[in-house]
Amino acid sequence: MTENIKIRAGKLNLQYGQKHALRDIDLDIEKNRVTALIGPSGCGKSTFLRCLNRMNDLIDSARIQGRVEIDGTDIYGKDVDPVLLRRKVGMIFQKSNPFPKSIYENIAYGPRIHGVKDKRTLDQIVEKSLRGAALWDEVKDDLAKSGLALSGGQQQRLCIARAIAVDPEVLLMDEPASALDPIATAKIEELIWQLKENYTIVIVTHSMHQASRVSDTTAFFYMGEMVETGPTQKIFTSPSQKRTEDYITGRFG
Amino acid sequence: MSIPKKWVGRGVALVTGGSAIATVLTVLAIMGIIVYGGIGHLSWDFIFGSPEKGMTEGGIYPAIMGTFFLVLLMSLVGVPVGTVTAIYLNEYVGQTSKVGRSIRFAVNTLAGIPSIVFGLFGLGFFISFMGGGIDKAFNGGELLWGQPNILWASLTMALLTLPVVIVSVEEAIKSVPRELREGSLALGATRLETIWKVVLPQSMTGILTGAILAISRGAGEVAPILFTGAAYFLPELPDALTDQFMELGYHIYIMSTQSPDVEATKPIQFATTLVLLLLTFTLNFSAIFLRWHLRRRAIR
Repeated sequence: MTENIKIRAGKLNLQYGQKHALRDIDLDIEKNRVTALIGPSGCGKSTFLRCLNRMNDLIDSARIQGRVEIDGTDIYGKDVDPVLLRRKVGMIFQKSNPFPKSIYENIAYGPRIHGVKDKRTLDQIVEKSLRGAALWDEVKDDLAKSGLALSGGQQQRLCIARAIAVDPEVLLMDEPASALDPIATAKIEELIWQLKENYTIVIVTHSMHQASRVSDTTAFFYMGEMVETGPTQKIFTSPSQKRTEDYITGRFG
Repeated sequence: MSIPKKWVGRGVALVTGGSAIATVLTVLAIMGIIVYGGIGHLSWDFIFGSPEKGMTEGGIYPAIMGTFFLVLLMSLVGVPVGTVTAIYLNEYVGQTSKVGRSIRFAVNTLAGIPSIVFGLFGLGFFISFMGGGIDKAFNGGELLWGQPNILWASLTMALLTLPVVIVSVEEAIKSVPRELREGSLALGATRLETIWKVVLPQSMTGILTGAILAISRGAGEVAPILFTGAAYFLPELPDALTDQFMELGYHIYIMSTQSPDVEATKPIQFATTLVLLLLTFTLNFSAIFLRWHLRRRAIR
């Protein structure tokens, strides 16, 4: 079992100034699985997600205690460079955020930063990433077109392609489909299923349907605590905690 | 006993409206007088000729070119320094941090210092201290850098216009969405790479706006160059950093106060003022246009 654990959070606490946003989070995330983080707004699920690639480092008032291990290494350790960590742990944001550059340049941005200069190699990475994000067939003739000219769903898949272009091991998704229509959402969900073959995926979602459709494991967050985690099937049919059940059955949140 | 409210309302409207109209009329009067007095003298010969016969005849070409070189050198120094300062303020120190607030306070103070003080500072710091120091160290005390020239004048002007650049660039950098920065950082880009490849390209219009506003401000100032480099009369254009130069605003001042025959230079004064105004207006309008363009893009 242990060798299947990709990410392990232990006694993770996070405070924004006076606000205690995460309390003693213990959570194991399995390799090549989709883990969904659910819970009402402000419960800390997005904050937790942003701890996994140290995006919270950018917020001055955030103080973090505890451990987050990826492949057994504490990512908050002294000798860990967050810049290198983020190559390994990609992120897809709630609002699709393509750069105001061409589709090609959006994908090539990451590899270029990491030193890929050869045009042929870049071409290959661009194609492979776009295929990986199920976008290639739609844009292969318009690679010079601005990424902003794509539809919302396409933009989000472009961001996924951009993230996998730097060859990460983990993909963090922060409500990736919350701004999309049902068809675009379905495409993203299908894509998530395909992606878990190669990546460990952690997805924050507001939609319990989405969580039940795409995830293998679900963790329920409430008021900064991780209340319960388990196989998605079990969480949605027979949760062991009263609070989880209340949330799932729509009694609050 | 008391005045009816209706009358008070009318009175207020009258006073405020009257003030507004007075402002507009003042602008129109200035413009009208200058255009009326100057347009007759405006010609290609005037623009491309040198002053002649104690400035009672001829053109203002050396002053136009002097102004051009002055603002060019000023921008080459002021825009990069201002841009880098704005980046530091916005990307490296927090909005509320002590360092950030002190720098902003300094920038605002700098913007409020009278331009003549900049002129005196330029004379004391650049010419006496730096120029004199260079001469002492490298020229055996012979006077070369330690006297007014276009370099010291440009540097003085760059200091004066620095706040304009900083404010414009900062506004532009702020309008770059946080999501774009995070997108870049999440791909494993460093903060510097993110600034260089995402933030700055997005802020180009703002930097350009800052440059133009600085130039239009600089082109209209006389006090900072009074002691630091402007010349009374130089038929030749400057060809070294140690040369002095003529400048439009200073030229107007000279003609109206120092000329042997002030009356006779009047048409030239008007025409020179007209050229100066056209120059600064054109620059200001392009800045306004660029800014509008920038805002529109930021909203989208």
